[in-house]
Amino acid sequence: MPTPTSQPYWDALAAHRVRIQYSPSLGEYVFYPRVISPHTLVDDLEWREISGMGRLYTFTVAERPVSPHFADDVPQLLAVVQWDEGPRCTTEIVDATVHDLEVGMRMEPVFCDYPQHAITMLRYRPAR
Amino acid sequence: MCELPPSRLPAGPAEFTIEQYARLAAAAVADAGLDGRVVDGLVTGQLGESAMFVPSTVAEYLGIPANFAEIVDLGGANAVGMVWRAAAAVELGICQAVLCVIPGSWNVPASPLKPIPGIEERSWFGASSNLFGSPQAEFEVPYGNLGQNAPYAQIARLYGEVYGYDPRAMAKIAVDQRTNACATPDAVFHGQPITVEDVLASPLIADPLHKLEIVMPCQGGAAVLVTNSELAGRSRNRPVWIKGFGERVPYKTPTYAEDLLVSPIKHAAEQAFAMAGLSRGDVDMVSIYDCYTITVLMSLEDAGFCEKGKGMQFVRDHDLTFRGDFPTNTGGGQLSFGQAGSAGGMHHVCDATRQLTGRAGAAQVPDCSVAFVSGNGGIMGEQGALVLKGD
Repeated sequence: MPTPTSQPYWDALAAHRVRIQYSPSLGEYVFYPRVISPHTLVDDLEWREISGMGRLYTFTVAERPVSPHFADDVPQLLAVVQWDEGPRCTTEIVDATVHDLEVGMRMEPVFCDYPQHAITMLRYRPAR
Repeated sequence: MCELPPSRLPAGPAEFTIEQYARLAAAAVADAGLDGRVVDGLVTGQLGESAMFVPSTVAEYLGIPANFAEIVDLGGANAVGMVWRAAAAVELGICQAVLCVIPGSWNVPASPLKPIPGIEERSWFGASSNLFGSPQAEFEVPYGNLGQNAPYAQIARLYGEVYGYDPRAMAKIAVDQRTNACATPDAVFHGQPITVEDVLASPLIADPLHKLEIVMPCQGGAAVLVTNSELAGRSRNRPVWIKGFGERVPYKTPTYAEDLLVSPIKHAAEQAFAMAGLSRGDVDMVSIYDCYTITVLMSLEDAGFCEKGKGMQFVRDHDLTFRGDFPTNTGGGQLSFGQAGSAGGMHHVCDATRQLTGRAGAAQVPDCSVAFVSGNGGIMGEQGALVLKGD
C-alpha cells in the first residue's frame, strides 16, 4: 500500500513509468522511497524518471509457497533486479521459465495492473 | 551456561515466556555454582507476554536489581550481541554478573478468553513486518519476498554465479555437522547419520537449497551468565574469557545489501580478532551460525578462515567434524542440534563454551582453548562475532 512518502512511485507505476528518488548529496539514485537520503542523511531527495531497464542480480525458484497467500503461484520466480541507474528492487519474473534465466541478463519491466486494488505492480521479464 | 535439549514437539508442560526466562536464568546460575543474588545485570530477547518494557518486566520477575537491563533485537545474532553487551557492562564495572537469557519454546499456555493475536500471520511473514508503512510490507511482501528460504537461496544462487557452486561440498557441511550431532546426546538428530547423497536427494525447497540444508525449528532455550573475573574464579567451571567481539548491522532485506557476497561478519570478525590479539590460526574450534549451509560457507570465507570464493574447496579439503582438522559446530549446529527460535544463536555460544570447559563429552575437541563464534540474524543483515578463550 502506498504511503504519503511513496505515493509518487506508485503513481508513476500506474502510468507505466518508473520514477525513483535521486540524492544530489549522495550522487546516487535511491530505492525504496524515503524522506532523507541514506548515508548522507541530507534532505535533498528528488523524484526522477528512469527507464526501468536493468539486469538480473539474482533469483530463486520457490518450489514451496513462501506463505499461504502464494500457494497458487508456485513455482514462483523470485528475483532481485538492479536498475541501470544503480539501486536494486525486489520483484518477480514473468513470461519466462527458470531455464530462460541467467544472472546478469538484461531485464525489462512488466507493469501489472490490478484495477480492483487500484495498484500496479512492477514485475520483470528477460529483455526482448 | 544452560542449554535445554531441543525437541520437535513440546517437552513438558506449557510455560509462559517469562516463566521460561526464570527457569533458564536459574539453570545458568546453578551451572555456574553461584548465588542468584550476585546477578546485577540483564539482557533479554523478546517476551511473549509483553511487547514493551521487557527488561524491567523480567528483572522484576527474577528479582534482579539491574544496573544494566536491555532487550536485544538482532534475531539469530541476539546471543552474540547479548554476550558482548554484557561483557562491556562488566568490563566498565557497571555490573558484576549479567544474565543473557533466550527462551525458545512456543508451547505457552493459551486461553480462549484472551487469545494470542495474529501469531499465525506473524509466522507466515517470518522476519518481515506486514504493518502499514513498513518497507517490507510495501516493497517485499507483495512480491513474495518474505520468510527466509527464498532470500538465502538467492544468495546461494548469486554465490554460485560468481564463484561456482558444488552441491556436494555444500551437502558435506550438513553431513559433517550431523556426525557431530551423533556424538551429542542432546541433539535432536542424535543417532541419525546422513550422507551427501541423502542431502542431495532431499527435496529442493528453494533452488539450490535442499531440505537437509535448511534448519529445522525446535523448542528449547538457552542462557549464559557473564561475570567479572572474581566471580568467574569462584565458578565451578573453567572460566571462558570473552577476548574479542564485533558486530555489523547494515540492512534488513538483502535486496539492499551493498554487495550481497560480502557478509557483515567480515567486519565483525576482523574487529573481534583484533581486539583479542589472536589470529585465525589460533582457533581450535568454530561455532558458525548455520540456518543454511550457505550461511556457514560464506561465514567461513568472510570471517577469514579461507580465501574468498574458495569456501567449497576449503570444505572439501577439511574434516569439519569434532575429530577433524577444522572442528565446526561440534554440537551439531542448528542444522542437526536443532534451532530453538532465537535461542538457536545461543547454541553456538554454548557449543563453544562446552568445548572450552571440557564438557563436550564424546564430541570433545582435544586441547580446545580458543573458539570463534558467529551470530547471524535476519538474512545476513545482522551479524556478530566472538573470540572466546579458556582460562
